[in-house]
Amino acid sequence: MAFQMISGSQAAATAVQRVGVDLVAAYPITPQTAIVETLADFSAKGELTGEFVSVESEYAALACCNGAAAAGARVFTATASHGLAYMHEMIHWCSGARLPIVMVNVNRTIGAPWCLDPDQGDSLSQRDTGWLQLYCANAQEVFDTVIQAFVIAEELLLPCMVVFDGFYISHTYEAVDVADEDEVRKLVGPPVFAPQVIPGQPGNMHGLSTGETQLKLVKDRHQEMLKLPRLFNEINRAFEKQFGRSYNIVETQIPVGAKRAIVAVGATAETVKWALPVLAETGLIQLRLFRPFPTAEIRQVIEENEITELVVVDRNCSVGMGGIFAQELRSALYELQRPPLVRSLILAGGVDLTEKMLLEILQSTGNEENFALRWGDEF
Amino acid sequence: MRIAELNRQDEMIYPGHNACPGCGAALAVRYLTKTLGKNIALVLTASCWSIISGMPPLTALKCPILHCPFPSAGSVGSGVRRGLDARGLYDTTVVVLAGDGGTFDIGLQALSGAAQRNEDYIFVCYDNEAYMNTGMQTSSATPFGARTNTAPYPLYKEGEKKDIMQIMAAHTVPYAATATVAFPADLEEKLKIAQSIRGFRFIHILAPCPPGWGTESADTIEVSRLAVATGFFPLYEVRNGNEWRLTVPADMKSVSLSEYLGKQRRFKEMDDRRLKKLQHEINRDYERLLDKVAKFSAEV
Repeated sequence: MAFQMISGSQAAATAVQRVGVDLVAAYPITPQTAIVETLADFSAKGELTGEFVSVESEYAALACCNGAAAAGARVFTATASHGLAYMHEMIHWCSGARLPIVMVNVNRTIGAPWCLDPDQGDSLSQRDTGWLQLYCANAQEVFDTVIQAFVIAEELLLPCMVVFDGFYISHTYEAVDVADEDEVRKLVGPPVFAPQVIPGQPGNMHGLSTGETQLKLVKDRHQEMLKLPRLFNEINRAFEKQFGRSYNIVETQIPVGAKRAIVAVGATAETVKWALPVLAETGLIQLRLFRPFPTAEIRQVIEENEITELVVVDRNCSVGMGGIFAQELRSALYELQRPPLVRSLILAGGVDLTEKMLLEILQSTGNEENFALRWGDEF
Repeated sequence: MRIAELNRQDEMIYPGHNACPGCGAALAVRYLTKTLGKNIALVLTASCWSIISGMPPLTALKCPILHCPFPSAGSVGSGVRRGLDARGLYDTTVVVLAGDGGTFDIGLQALSGAAQRNEDYIFVCYDNEAYMNTGMQTSSATPFGARTNTAPYPLYKEGEKKDIMQIMAAHTVPYAATATVAFPADLEEKLKIAQSIRGFRFIHILAPCPPGWGTESADTIEVSRLAVATGFFPLYEVRNGNEWRLTVPADMKSVSLSEYLGKQRRFKEMDDRRLKKLQHEINRDYERLLDKVAKFSAEV
């Protein structure tokens, strides 16, 4: 156990090195580049167990991971924004093929126009691809979550995306408790999933299927993904034992008696944590999971704390519908006997969340025209 | 080579696959798998062979097949090779199989990336000169003058067939060769050479397509033979991007281009002007090829 001053990107790369992978295939894109470069550094120093391949595109990076994972290898790649969008077909394919690939996506706005700020629309637009999506709020969470992602992906045979905000997390240096290889490998162990390509053995992997077969396979994936919450808690019990820290699917900081809460995902959750002392009788609900959506866990938090009002901070916008986390929450909470009021703050483009915004939203009377929906440029 | 000489014991293709009668691609893969042997892993991109290979759990081949999305073949091949290496399976020959669309068009970027990295596998393109699986639409491998369903009468394919072999040679890959189903011995020899080399190897196989080309099913071999004789599809190999060797010479004096085109309904409306243009293209490319071959043989 040793603390290092490293960025979120370095935390991700270090976690991959600690876990030990057979192959890293990657292509550079801002703000993910430091992950690729750090892994290349590990490789140059002979500290990466597997191969590091510089490929010709993000699509190729994931396709290369697909091939290697199908041959039985543990693989990793990282991307952001346009790179993730460019991978889209392979993202679907890897999930359908049940390959336990771990990929980091560093949130960045997708153009046009070009923009480097950390809108979450890149990863959220991969919602329906069948990937697990875990969101991190600081560099320590990044390090820990990348390690856990390998266990989760290989256990469920589903690919897992670890997501964090560009610059706010990828480029910010923090003190991170960086476990050494032996400690991490004690927790993760060598890959145990079965290879799909077995020389000498006939097999027609992922060839033409019928709609009926697809239905069964999709149902399988859905049911398998819903096993995540239990698995997540098991892994975190083991993680706690080994490293003295653990996580919940839904993290909360709700003062006694508070009936309203800010819902935040990723770096904005850290901002809210700092603002909580000045926000009267308001709590924080931090979502660490987007797929599977933590419906049961969030309902439990709402019911136990008798929350009546949520303000959802969305660093994204589904044009024509609104903030994506707000939509998902409305849908997840609809069946509650007393669903809370879900208000939305849209910070699309990845603009900063400020204390001023939160204060103004929380001080509103309820009669304002924009009570339910606020945009980040109105403050 | 005679059919009687083929050792049926080594067949890697099962009877009852889904290819059309007279399919050049089915024959190409039959020779391919038989020659490369049992210890192969096949990466298969979207193409006619996605259908020919059958519906899982059925399969047309006695080797593992890994299907992959259309543009990804070159990259998935890189991954499978490295994944098998990670498991210590260095002796397995990885073969990436793609049609002309998955090679010349949508697969070109991945192909170029893999060739440049000198990935250790054999990329095999079976070229039936259009998107045949979707019903004969133009690809950049479609020859000038041919009619397709995206260039229907009175239209025809404009522009020349992309010279994929020159592109591969420009990547200075260890081995690249052309072949076709009428010359199985030539194909077998090239595959054996390819299998004996490490690094990126490229085999470009012309595979006649009876429904797409408008040929008789029984004429596949004859059409394939004429493609070589007319210089339309010369058989040669190139090592390291500059060692050019002709393996089966054309016989342009005794076989005319019209004889080749006349067997195919896709060239039915070919007028003299277009015929001349195509002939010019063939002559020019064949001469260029002979120049390279001569230059190399003079060096050795």
